[in-house]
Amino acid sequence: MKKLIFFITFFIFLSNNYLLAVDKPSELENKIFKNLRCLICQGQSIYDSQSDFAESMKIVVRKNLETGMSEKDIYQFMKKNYGEWVLYNPEINKGTYLLWSLPIILFVIGGAIIIRKLGVFKK
Amino acid sequence: MTFNFIGNYSVIISLFLSFAIFFRTIFRLKNLNELIKIDLKKLIFFQFFFILVSFICLLILFINSEFSNITVYYNSHTTKPFFYKVSGLWGNHEGSLLLWLLILTLINFLYFSKSYNRSTKERLLTVIFQQIIIFGFTAFLIFTSNPFNEIFPSPKEGLGLNPILQDPLLAIHPPILYLGYVSTSIIFSSALSSLVMGNVNSKWASHIKNWILCSWIFLTGGILLGSIWAYYELGWGGFWFWDPVENISLMPWISLTALLHCILVLEKRSSLGSWSIILCISTFTLSVCGTFLVRSGILNSVHTFANDPERGLYILIFLFFIIFLSLILYFFYEDKLNFSNKSFGLITKESHILINNWFLMYFLSVILIGTIYPIFLEVISNQRISVGPPFFNKLIIPFLIPFLIFMSLGPNLGWLSSKKIEKKIILLTFFIINLFLSFFILKIIGKVKLLTLLLLAANFYLFFTTVKDFLKKGYKNFSQTVSHLGFSLLILSIILNAIFSKEIIANLKVGEGLSFENNQIIFKKIETSSGPNFEKIVGVFIIKDKKKIDTKFMPEVRIYNQPEVITSEAFIKTSIFKDRFLVINPVKDKTYFNVRYQEKPLMVWIWISTILIIIGGCINFLRNEK
Amino acid sequence: MKNKIFVTISFVLFAFCFAVFYLGLQKPNIYTPKLDKQIELPNFAGNDFFSGEKVISDNLLKKNSYYIINIWASWCIPCRAEHSFLMALKNKNFNLLGINYKDNNSNAQSFLNELGNPYSKILSDKNGVTSIELGAYGVPETFIVNKEKKIIKKIIGPINNENFNEILELIK
Repeated sequence: MKKLIFFITFFIFLSNNYLLAVDKPSELENKIFKNLRCLICQGQSIYDSQSDFAESMKIVVRKNLETGMSEKDIYQFMKKNYGEWVLYNPEINKGTYLLWSLPIILFVIGGAIIIRKLGVFKK
Repeated sequence: MTFNFIGNYSVIISLFLSFAIFFRTIFRLKNLNELIKIDLKKLIFFQFFFILVSFICLLILFINSEFSNITVYYNSHTTKPFFYKVSGLWGNHEGSLLLWLLILTLINFLYFSKSYNRSTKERLLTVIFQQIIIFGFTAFLIFTSNPFNEIFPSPKEGLGLNPILQDPLLAIHPPILYLGYVSTSIIFSSALSSLVMGNVNSKWASHIKNWILCSWIFLTGGILLGSIWAYYELGWGGFWFWDPVENISLMPWISLTALLHCILVLEKRSSLGSWSIILCISTFTLSVCGTFLVRSGILNSVHTFANDPERGLYILIFLFFIIFLSLILYFFYEDKLNFSNKSFGLITKESHILINNWFLMYFLSVILIGTIYPIFLEVISNQRISVGPPFFNKLIIPFLIPFLIFMSLGPNLGWLSSKKIEKKIILLTFFIINLFLSFFILKIIGKVKLLTLLLLAANFYLFFTTVKDFLKKGYKNFSQTVSHLGFSLLILSIILNAIFSKEIIANLKVGEGLSFENNQIIFKKIETSSGPNFEKIVGVFIIKDKKKIDTKFMPEVRIYNQPEVITSEAFIKTSIFKDRFLVINPVKDKTYFNVRYQEKPLMVWIWISTILIIIGGCINFLRNEK
Repeated sequence: MKNKIFVTISFVLFAFCFAVFYLGLQKPNIYTPKLDKQIELPNFAGNDFFSGEKVISDNLLKKNSYYIINIWASWCIPCRAEHSFLMALKNKNFNLLGINYKDNNSNAQSFLNELGNPYSKILSDKNGVTSIELGAYGVPETFIVNKEKKIIKKIIGPINNENFNEILELIK
């Protein structure tokens, strides 16, 4: 069981190591674009959307980056103006604890069942 | 007019046939000892036949552009090319449901005529479950989405099909995908009936295996087609957006993949029976759940479908009826599944499959929860959130590493359990070599991240152990080797694609140019011409690469006249190593174009590896058929 | 016994999911940002419609006065419909600030000439940045800002009779 817990914490740690390294400013910009949802074409991020609204939103993001806002600040700014809905990466808060933890909980339960089934601890 | 009439009534006849078959089968079940031949085959054939008739009627209406039919009016136009008049039939809710029914009854008929080696009682039970499903969908078609409604007076011209759907790949995408979805209904009914009969054993497993494979092949193919389409038509070079509709197609696929592995264990070693039954049920339930989520419009997605809450309510009730039915049957007959409770031991085929299923179920739960959580949250606390790609990437990618490692170890269980220490050492050194290999690859491009490093190493590990297995064992497990090789290639190309993709976006006028990583992009001119039902603006670009080789790129902007929609057609130069992708978009005042140029390495390998996975399935299928 | 608990749990879960999906069907799937509490008016900037000078919100908005911020454009048809309400709000005990959204100056000018200019000040928002900074969704949209510079109401879409009375109620 201890091994399993170690295993999971290790992977949670890993998941914060993004797959995509962000080096250049234009990459940061695109990353932010991909994480903001367009209010006009509601299924798309502003990166994918071609609507006027998305274009304006991109300008605002660029402008804010230039004035020295960090990625997090920009998400906060957008959230304040348009609500949590615009963020594709759901924040961890009261409403989303379960969202983030439920898959992991299920994974642990599944692991426990399998360990029993495999009889690892039975001699 | 006449076709409308015929089409409408054949569906209704088919509904009545469904009744007839249902009650006849129940009657037969009660008097089983009479030992008479079952004469259901004709009835089942006619059920299929009448749906076929109405399908053909609708097809004729579409081909003749008879706008007195409301479905044709909304989705067709006289200037549309013939091919899209046909595919327009299933480019809308009503027509696609008819196609669904057609495939459902066809498959039902095929199954019935091919399952003569099963016991009569089991066949009858399967027929009953199938008829419940067929009845449900036929009634759904007739009462909420009848494709044969008329409008009077009949309009002169139709409204036309959404241009984004006027595409050869998307035209064949629904039939293929539906073949996959619908065959899961057979798996479901057969699983329930063998559950009731208490004969969930290796014989049943080898009987249902081919249906599972068949369904899996079509589902994989359907997802692949949709993905390719999204890549060149919808996307900005993306092929998977973690959009709800895409997730919904992926969920039954994962469940089916888990089932595919389980059924092999059930066939060879008669264990994991009750888990296989659960997977059979969940695969079909997830397919119907997908239908519900997509058609009811409860989620919003890029892939727009006509939504109607009333339809949603109908499918919701149907879906929960099916779940309810299977839950009751499962709990009631569970004791009949008397598989031994003894543990498997650590290094056995069963344990390997279980671990594989464990991960697959985890991926499934991430996708399921990510997709439906916003609905739950909104209903319960009125909080509206979006769950997008970052969520799925964060929860899925790290877990791919152990998944890939287990996948490579699975076929090597003999080695693991062997007493000789050298074999274990070989496996370990193999991994370390791969770790170094990945490290060097990442070092060269200077993007060393722990996650990417491990992922790449695990992937190379799978790749090389699969190759090693092939060299050692030859054609013994050929289908598995091909599919696993395909899978490792798929993940590899997705990772490398994600790391190496480059792009530039700019607004350009004719005559302007820009430079991008040693490439010179020059916007030469625009040409206008017209297609069958659209005008097009072709941008002519010359791209000079490092070696000063000029390549001509001609992305298009199409202006469809009916309905009036502008679409961008990307120009893609595909080579083995990378795709070069250029797309233009008019900016509001029309003098500037928004130009997006991307270099996507190994793009074509994503498709090839998926095809490889499918080929693996096909090989297995053909071997079983022999 | 264990089995019974399991069965009960699955049926409870089953009923719960059904209820949630059923209720979910009744809700609109299109998202519109709602104002559920008063929020601070964000800082925004824009150019003066007539003079073209750069204006920032800190200098523009004085304390202790109500503001109505209206986003409009000459190409927007619902804006035409709501204009009479705006005219009726002119010269009341608050300031009416117009934001001209992605518009052509001369078209906007003739729109005002034709229907009248109710605004005490107009900013022109050529690329839509000002309205995004404000947190607007589209045109037309109207914000009501109280004396503490807090947005107390957002009207998405044209103002109608009901909204109009509500506005008058709010800024008594």
